[in-house]
Amino acid sequence: MKFLLTLALSATIAATASTAFAGGHDGNPAVTARKAHMQIYQHNLTILGNMVRGNADYDAAAAQAAADNMVILTTLNQSTYWIPGTTNAELGDETRTLPAIFESGSTAREIGGQLAAATVALAAVASDGVEAIGPALGPVGASCTACHRPYRISRN
Amino acid sequence: MRRLLIITAFGAIATLAGGLWVTRPLTVDADTVSAIEGNAAAGEMVFALGSCASCHTSPDGDKAVLAGGREFTTDFGTFVAPNISPDMLNGIGNWSQVDFFNALRQGTSPDGKHYFPAFPYASYARMTDTDVANLWAYMATLPSSDQPSQSHRLTFPFNMRAGVGVWKALYFRTAFVQPAGDTERGRYLAEAIGHCAECHTPRTALGGLQNNRWMAGAPDPSGKGKTPGLSPAQLKWSADDIAYYLETGLTPDFDSAGGGMAAVIEGTSKLPPEDRAAIAAYIKALPATE
Ligand code: HEC
Ligand code: HEC
Ligand code: HEC
Repeated sequence: MKFLLTLALSATIAATASTAFAGGHDGNPAVTARKAHMQIYQHNLTILGNMVRGNADYDAAAAQAAADNMVILTTLNQSTYWIPGTTNAELGDETRTLPAIFESGSTAREIGGQLAAATVALAAVASDGVEAIGPALGPVGASCTACHRPYRISRN
Repeated sequence: MRRLLIITAFGAIATLAGGLWVTRPLTVDADTVSAIEGNAAAGEMVFALGSCASCHTSPDGDKAVLAGGREFTTDFGTFVAPNISPDMLNGIGNWSQVDFFNALRQGTSPDGKHYFPAFPYASYARMTDTDVANLWAYMATLPSSDQPSQSHRLTFPFNMRAGVGVWKALYFRTAFVQPAGDTERGRYLAEAIGHCAECHTPRTALGGLQNNRWMAGAPDPSGKGKTPGLSPAQLKWSADDIAYYLETGLTPDFDSAGGGMAAVIEGTSKLPPEDRAAIAAYIKALPATE
């Protein structure tokens, strides 16, 4: 079941990524792909977050699916789109990724590990009701912020 | 050209200012201040919302030790945050409570010199006696570091502390900027401890906040990118959205905060919910500037 879900999601991501590539953008493909990765985090977090904030009714199946998606996203091999030479130092406004993410002492990998652990904990309680999701969402959001703080420039 | 003019003017004024009465470093009333009894537990919140740690921890050291060493590159040169841990020799462990009040309230050092406004005392100066004393009591409980403070690397004439007296005469005002409305608590948290305007308000060429464009967004003090404008003409979030962001770092469309704002949220996430709601109400009540 989990395997099927992984397959389905990988297909979706591949489709999203290739649409983006085929969209005629002259953009750097690594930047397009990592933004797509981030947008799918955001998409699933929105489903869960709106339930927690009371903007949407709690739906156990939808919550579980969104949380599972977040887990799977953290397990994808992202090495082909986080590559040196594709930061705002080289590409300017096209990307908000700061060079520090690829420099020695970068903590990005560690933070990625924290996010993975936080999403697993979230998926473990996603079917248990909205009161259970709220507290589990905290560490997820904190991991997103932990990486955006040093490695993503504020909007221009 | 404009920069050259500024430098010349600043240099000339700074030279003069050394001897001028209006630009001398001021001090607080020592008798009143030394009598105040601080509460360390209550000071933890002030420390968190003031995000003192975001500037004063060492860039590669322990997150709990205020060893200093972080660098801030500005148009005037590079500032290096000093060690403000309770170490007797290299920190501020030998300071009196009066010294601490002078630093936060007047931007004046124990040896009677001006501090540079890269230390955002112009906002902290609005703090109540109680909160400054509580903060001082809390900071005494933090671990020490014997790492010596480093000198700033500033270009002439900005390396002259006397010149800061001119800056103070022009811009250092401890009155609140916005009317209180029904958000007096929110205004206090935002304009004093939270020092929101230090990042969100654009500055004049000499580094003073442009009060007529309060919170209208500005070049990010980190030198990278911009801070967003928060006036109602710019930010369409509800008060609930703002309070939720200050609690979780999550925007209404579930992106997460980054840059300098992450440190602020570390502080606001520790506030009681009614304080976050008060800050949100203050933001919603700002005048609509662009
Ligand atoms: C390991 C670091 C890291 C983690 C963890 C991380 N992000 Fe990001 N995120 C970035 C970087 C870097 C960018 C800038 C991408 C670019 O412009 O090249 C970004 C960009 C974004 C964007 C803007 C995408 C666009 O279209 O421009 C969103 C939305 C986002 N992240 C959401 C999230 C959410 C939600 C999470 C947590 C579930 C998260 N991110 C976790 C590093 C991270
Ligand atoms: C150290 C500088 C700094 C301080 C101090 C600061 N901010 Fe921010 N703020 C930022 C930056 C940078 C961003 C953009 C964050 C990002 O890139 O994700 C931001 C974003 C925001 C946003 C989101 C707006 C949007 O359109 O996305 C709000 C709301 C906000 N700040 C409120 C506050 C409040 C309230 C305070 C004071 C309690 C404050 N800020 C203090 C730097 C700061
Ligand atoms: C934006 C970065 C920043 C923040 C935030 C900040 N400081 Fe500082 N602080 C500095 C800099 C830079 C200096 C050096 C000023 C100078 O040399 O004129 C300084 C100097 C000081 C000094 C004087 C130390 C000495 O050796 O003379 C004290 C005390 C101090 N800060 C306390 C605090 C406290 C308490 C807070 C939180 C309420 C705080 N600072 C927040 C940047 C910061």
